[in-house]
Amino acid sequence: MTDQAHNGEKVAWTEQELAEIEEIASRYPSRRSAMLPVLWMAQHKFGWLSLPVLELVAETVGVPPSEARAVASFYTMLKKKPTGRYVLQVCHTLSCALNGAEEIIRHIESKYDFDENGNTPDGLFTLERVECLASCGSGPMMQVGEHYYERLTPEKVDEILAGFESGEPLPTPRPEADEWQWNLQS
Amino acid sequence: MAMEPSILTSRWKIPDAHRIDVAMKHGAWATLPAALKMAPGEITQVVKDSGLRGRGGAGFPTGVKWGFVPPPEKRNGKPVYLVCNADESEPGTFKDRYLMWKDPHMFLEGIVISAYAIGAKAAYIYLRGEFGFVRRRVDEAIAEARAKGFIGRNILGSGVDVEVYTHLGAGAYICGEETALLSSLEGKKGQPKLKPPFPAVEGAWRAPTIVNNVETMAAVTWIVGHGAAAYREFGTEKSPGTKLLSVSGHVLKPGVYEIDMGIPMMDFIMDTAGGLRPGRKLKAVVPGGSSVPIMTPDEVARATIDYESIHEVSGSYLGSGGMIVMDDTTDLAEGLANLLRFYAHESCGQCTPCREGTGWMFRILKRVKEGRATDVDLATLKNLADNIHSKTICFFGASAAMPVQSWLKKFPDEFFGRVHRTGKVGYADVGAEPPGGDKPGGTTQAAK
Ligand SMILES: Cc1cc2nc3c(=O)[nH]c(=O)nc-3n(C[C@H](O)[C@H](O)[C@H](O)COP(=O)(O)O)c2cc1C
Ligand code: SF4
Ligand code: FES
Repeated sequence: MTDQAHNGEKVAWTEQELAEIEEIASRYPSRRSAMLPVLWMAQHKFGWLSLPVLELVAETVGVPPSEARAVASFYTMLKKKPTGRYVLQVCHTLSCALNGAEEIIRHIESKYDFDENGNTPDGLFTLERVECLASCGSGPMMQVGEHYYERLTPEKVDEILAGFESGEPLPTPRPEADEWQWNLQS
Repeated sequence: MAMEPSILTSRWKIPDAHRIDVAMKHGAWATLPAALKMAPGEITQVVKDSGLRGRGGAGFPTGVKWGFVPPPEKRNGKPVYLVCNADESEPGTFKDRYLMWKDPHMFLEGIVISAYAIGAKAAYIYLRGEFGFVRRRVDEAIAEARAKGFIGRNILGSGVDVEVYTHLGAGAYICGEETALLSSLEGKKGQPKLKPPFPAVEGAWRAPTIVNNVETMAAVTWIVGHGAAAYREFGTEKSPGTKLLSVSGHVLKPGVYEIDMGIPMMDFIMDTAGGLRPGRKLKAVVPGGSSVPIMTPDEVARATIDYESIHEVSGSYLGSGGMIVMDDTTDLAEGLANLLRFYAHESCGQCTPCREGTGWMFRILKRVKEGRATDVDLATLKNLADNIHSKTICFFGASAAMPVQSWLKKFPDEFFGRVHRTGKVGYADVGAEPPGGDKPGGTTQAAK
């Protein structure tokens, strides 16, 4: 069993997690296919994929550590460095840009003191620009954690961020996730 | 206005239709029992007869693709797999997300029917990494369907086994390309492979694999339930059926619409999608996801929404049905720079023309947008695009080249108006019709 430091913690799976990993691996004809699911599990558990965490994943899936590192580096959602508690991923691709994505980004930038990595000093937020999230008809939009926050206005952003700041985030999934058409006239 | 059909979206307005009990009251899973009584080949024949074309972008006939799976004696003992492409990363496209969210049972039923038709005992739904919330809902729907005996071993006592699993990507546009998707499913970097071999012959885990889009799977459910002739009552001769369009940009009613293929494009934009804001004029439309060539208002006025008309009128494609509408406030130089930033960011890096070319095109466009470029840069841009198209492993290269080629060709003034004119380059050098004052061959009068 791997037993290394990650931010000073021990890096290992629990018995229950190991059982879950075996169930996941059994879905595929090759154990290697459990790579992304296990990387996701590791990221949820440890927050980000440090080298010790990637070594644990590699051992779990049965590949050399370099392979786990190469795969992790290919995918943008896999975190190779720590981030703030809430990562504000604002889409800036064409459709969102046509409807004010830059204004939303500037608004968020004006609210906090982001460092060059996009993190706030208190570790609460990270601001990232991301590419199209398949929410183009309800842009501008951002993803925070698992959920989408759509049809953003500066006021709505204030409300959403105040929720995170107070420790009482707005309930998810957001009601907009149900609305596949939006009438700007009404 | 034409009646809007509702065959893929029939349950979207019903509250809680993502729950199996509600969905079943409105017809969900009623097709599967009948399908299991048909021979697999009969189902493939119905799908062929319906003329259904893949809804992921390429528009390849679905039944024909299924026919490419080698017969059992030619598979070297390999199983067959079905993979449902739920990666939906093409900018402008957001139909599959709502289809899975509002009515997951519609496409799940199609997956089980299709798996049976092609002889697959396992089906994987590959969702883009950002769709964690959608995946949760699809997983719940799979669990409900399994509990009712529609998924799993010996489905409804038929002796047919089909397992359905979801698999989450982790952020990489290129994983929507089918060979990249399969590499990603295998736990590798999501890098495309040269075709042939096509996945139908050698796909996931080197076994025959059919990759189909979410909307394609949902359409299969309807087609097998109602028959090929009923499906052909919608759409045109060569583009039968209905299509989900996701429309965004400068329209007053953005969103997902199911349309009868063959309706006039301008009517769709101006009526169904709510038209433009008061006082605004149409500048351009990208009809099928950001990769397809752009259309001028004149082309939009002449096109109907189907695979053939869009191509005949404008050289563009229906693609994924992700329509981006731009009004006269749009700065096209900025818009194209935005798209090339996307392609430069998303190139998987395997092919030099794509890796280097997309970055180079983006940097030029950034300079154009900022007023720091010359007309020579525009000719370079056109050259780069021409040298990427068709010279790469996968179609991504062309996807990045087509916007550059078509935006320059159809809207040259938007770009020439933003650069310093040296006089060495004319409209013809960017592939555009020489306007008055420019001689064919690209030398402007001013250069003389
Ligand atoms: C760069 C690129 C990105 C693609 N992205 C998607 C996608 O997000 N979703 C999709 O269904 N097909 C996508 N495709 C098309 C797939 O490769 C494949 O043709 C499709 O999934 C087949 O399903 P269909 O026949 O049902 O359309 C993409 C293709 C390319 C070249
Ligand atoms: S064309 Fe681009 S995305 Fe496709 S394989 Fe080559 S480098 Fe990768
Ligand atoms: S452009 Fe922002 S979600 Fe598609």
